Amino acid sequence: MEYEAVIGLEVHAQLLTDSKIFCGCSTRFGAAPNANACPICLGMPGVLPVLNRKVVEFMMKMALATNCSINGQNVFARKNYFYPDLPKGYQISQYAQPPAEHGHIDIEINGDKKRIGITRIHMEEDAGKLVHDEVNPSSYVDVNRCGVPLIEIVSEPDLRSAEEAATYLRRLHEILVYLEICDGNMQEGSFRCDANVSIRPKGTEPFGTRAELKNMNSFRNVQRALEYEIKRQQYILEGGGQVIQETRLWDDSQGVTLSMRGKEEAHDYRYFPDPDLVPIEISDGWIEDVRKTLPELPLEKRERFIRDHGIPTYDAGVLTSNRALADYYEEAVRLCGKPKIVSNWVMGDLLRFLNEEKRDIRECILKPSDLAEMINLIENRTISGKIAKEVFEDMYRTGKAPRRIIDEKGLVQITDEEALKKTIGEIITANPAQLEQYRAGKEKVFGFFVGQVMKVTKGKANPALVNELLKKMLAG
Amino acid sequence: MELHQLTIHELQKKLRGGDTTSVDVVESVIRRIDAVEDRIHSYITLMKDSAREEARRADEEIRKGNARPLTGIPIAVKDLICTKGIRTTCGSKILSNFIPPYDATVVEKLRDAGAVFIGKTNMDEFAMGSSTETSHFGVTRNPWDLDRIPGGSSGGSATAVAADECIASLGSDTGGSIRQPAALCDVVGMKPTYGRVSRYGLVAFASSLDQIGPFTKDVEDCAILLNVISGYDPRESTSVQVEVPDFTSFLSEGIEGWTVGIPKEYFIEGIDPEVEAAVRKAIGVIEGLGARCVDVSLPHTEYCLAVYYIIAPAEASSNLARYDGVKYGYRSKDCRDLMEMYKRTRSEGFGMEVKRRIMLGTYALSSGYYDAYYKKASQVRALIKRDFDEAFQSCDVIMTPTSPTPAFRIGEKMDDPLQMYLSDIFTISTNLAGIPGVSVPCGYTAGGLPIGLQFLAAHFAEEKLIRIASAYEKHSKIEKRRPNL
Repeated sequence: MEYEAVIGLEVHAQLLTDSKIFCGCSTRFGAAPNANACPICLGMPGVLPVLNRKVVEFMMKMALATNCSINGQNVFARKNYFYPDLPKGYQISQYAQPPAEHGHIDIEINGDKKRIGITRIHMEEDAGKLVHDEVNPSSYVDVNRCGVPLIEIVSEPDLRSAEEAATYLRRLHEILVYLEICDGNMQEGSFRCDANVSIRPKGTEPFGTRAELKNMNSFRNVQRALEYEIKRQQYILEGGGQVIQETRLWDDSQGVTLSMRGKEEAHDYRYFPDPDLVPIEISDGWIEDVRKTLPELPLEKRERFIRDHGIPTYDAGVLTSNRALADYYEEAVRLCGKPKIVSNWVMGDLLRFLNEEKRDIRECILKPSDLAEMINLIENRTISGKIAKEVFEDMYRTGKAPRRIIDEKGLVQITDEEALKKTIGEIITANPAQLEQYRAGKEKVFGFFVGQVMKVTKGKANPALVNELLKKMLAG
Repeated sequence: MELHQLTIHELQKKLRGGDTTSVDVVESVIRRIDAVEDRIHSYITLMKDSAREEARRADEEIRKGNARPLTGIPIAVKDLICTKGIRTTCGSKILSNFIPPYDATVVEKLRDAGAVFIGKTNMDEFAMGSSTETSHFGVTRNPWDLDRIPGGSSGGSATAVAADECIASLGSDTGGSIRQPAALCDVVGMKPTYGRVSRYGLVAFASSLDQIGPFTKDVEDCAILLNVISGYDPRESTSVQVEVPDFTSFLSEGIEGWTVGIPKEYFIEGIDPEVEAAVRKAIGVIEGLGARCVDVSLPHTEYCLAVYYIIAPAEASSNLARYDGVKYGYRSKDCRDLMEMYKRTRSEGFGMEVKRRIMLGTYALSSGYYDAYYKKASQVRALIKRDFDEAFQSCDVIMTPTSPTPAFRIGEKMDDPLQMYLSDIFTISTNLAGIPGVSVPCGYTAGGLPIGLQFLAAHFAEEKLIRIASAYEKHSKIEKRRPNL
């Protein structure tokens, strides 16, 4: 029997607000344990939460970017459970009346567009972290992360393969980073994903029993875990068994999912509206104000790049994968008006250098205006394309303007006909054997002469002019 | 009259007029505490040394002409209001060693108004109780009869005022915890409108019902203290941004032409005949002041107790989850693992009544029961609120007994929680509706126990409570007695 997977993803994204969701503490990652902590983070008696409005705005940005409808009134709820990293014994989250619902994003699978539904987006606070001392067995609580704002983005069970799930996840990630509301760092946990997965005979409607997968901290692991889990469930069903509803953890080292807890051990979270917080009122005016701040989103940008800059789909995909890179590209194009040439430089040399050093475009000291100028200098024949490679690398390393590099290194292209004629004359005289071969019809030797001219001129000779003069002079 | 017997407004005059000093007032109060405290047990923590120091500074301020409303006046605070650097126990073993690193907003406000802090008062554990018998630190006794309870949960705040162990105090009221002990101890106690006084730093019992309020020797002091503690607080999301009038300006306004509602549902079977008689008599006083008393109906009154005992424990079960032994407070020793630490810490740290309510609340919120209990209770709560909204369309204030009975005997109701819960039957609806209420003395039983009269008003209409309570106080012609200690 052929099976198909039914997958829904729950994504938790940490928001890039300066302060926490319910107090004024910093959200900065990597501080000393319990440095970003106050009585509110510690759940001390009598202290109360006050909502950071920025969190609502960031949530609204994501809601609008994923075509959700925003509810004018929504409430915070308490999710009750005991764990030492949860100082209050409950997490402030949202349950009934979520702030955003009924959205979707489009993904592309093998060239086909597919629409994936977003069930809901809501706001909540993150929990802290436990640090275990294995040598001297004891556990410590670090509350720095307590109260860091999160949005949870829940998809419809519209995904049908591990690949679709990974693609959807990448698109979601791209949007969050584009909106500058999440840094998207999966290793540090600022972008986390849980998956609900079941399988059913292909062509049938009812869902099978699902497993919830956790602990997948990279795109690759999400895909691997889902692939494994789909196979595992298929193996069970084909063996006449039944899949049981449970929570499973991905074990990266073994490449398997392992049971964490069954349905019976599932928590009863006893959600109820948090009486310490008033309902959040979101007016149409507020929604419109936030909508005005939305940047062009990756998909729109991709389509516009293809349309306006006339670059291939592939180029547009690479260039828009990162908002800063797209901005960089567009700035250079605006200044030199050569979209495909800029694309070649950015996708070729620039990304290669950045990738080699694992650096982000935002750390790049080579300014787009300098790249544009360099391209103009090629166009007006001040330097050759070959010399440009050298200039480019120098610009990348030093951040110097192309003009300065060219002047300092004396790289201006030789376009002086008389000077070139003299050089060519000397080379012809010095290589009588090759001249004879050429005149005997061995045209390959032409390349030898070009090479010699470039060698003597240190590559600065204008290639077109060299060709023209060589042809004339070799002919005699 | 000795200094500790005086009111805030009397002391204000004496202090500013140079007739006495704060040091003398504080010493007088401390002498009184030394004389009676071992019999009454109003306090969990006394702050004699810091009070003396604060009194010295207050006298300097008064000399410099910087007297503020409470400068130099000894005030007591219920032990669930956080005081920076001073143990705040909530009457519980689980917080017996908890020292908050912050002041509650009301404590800051008292401090800014010049108050001298004299101590932290005894209370039912986590404010769960109507008799101050569930405190981990022992019972508080009623100054009018030491074999009887003072009411609760703010019993210590009531007795400290009634026995002149402070000049005024703060308590908290979740279902009557200010008004009922005020009635049983013959003092004035007000629960302001929900949102009028910041809850920041008030250790939560039931967050949607809790409100801090004053215990005072008379209505004028109530107005003075209410002026100090009221106001919007950006640290408290449910505090409301409304204007705070000068409540003392309403003391002499009278109630000529007012309509006062008497809810028939509050004169029920089980009400003590002497209490009913005292309240009936008060109706005559009110009419004599030019107001018209009319019957009003609060049809959902019979559900108040049931609704309250779902919502309050539900919120409490969540609010008290943080006492797990991990971060502060009591932790059971030598536990093998986390689960054992949780179980033993909470089993040993909480008393019976608190555990009962945590279990009730956990049950009410459980999957499968939420709709039938918590959700239904929230819906009925909205109807109870609507009853009051509608009643206040046709009357200025509502008048009821505060408590169905005078103070009962220590131990009398400890084994019968339902009987205990019934002692709040006239006060609970106020908290469910979020409206303000005040209890004022309205006489004594033949056995000499105090009886309280309750006035209720619409949201943020505390000034009406001050007007009627003050008018009643002046004209009720009840001879003021002092407990014989």
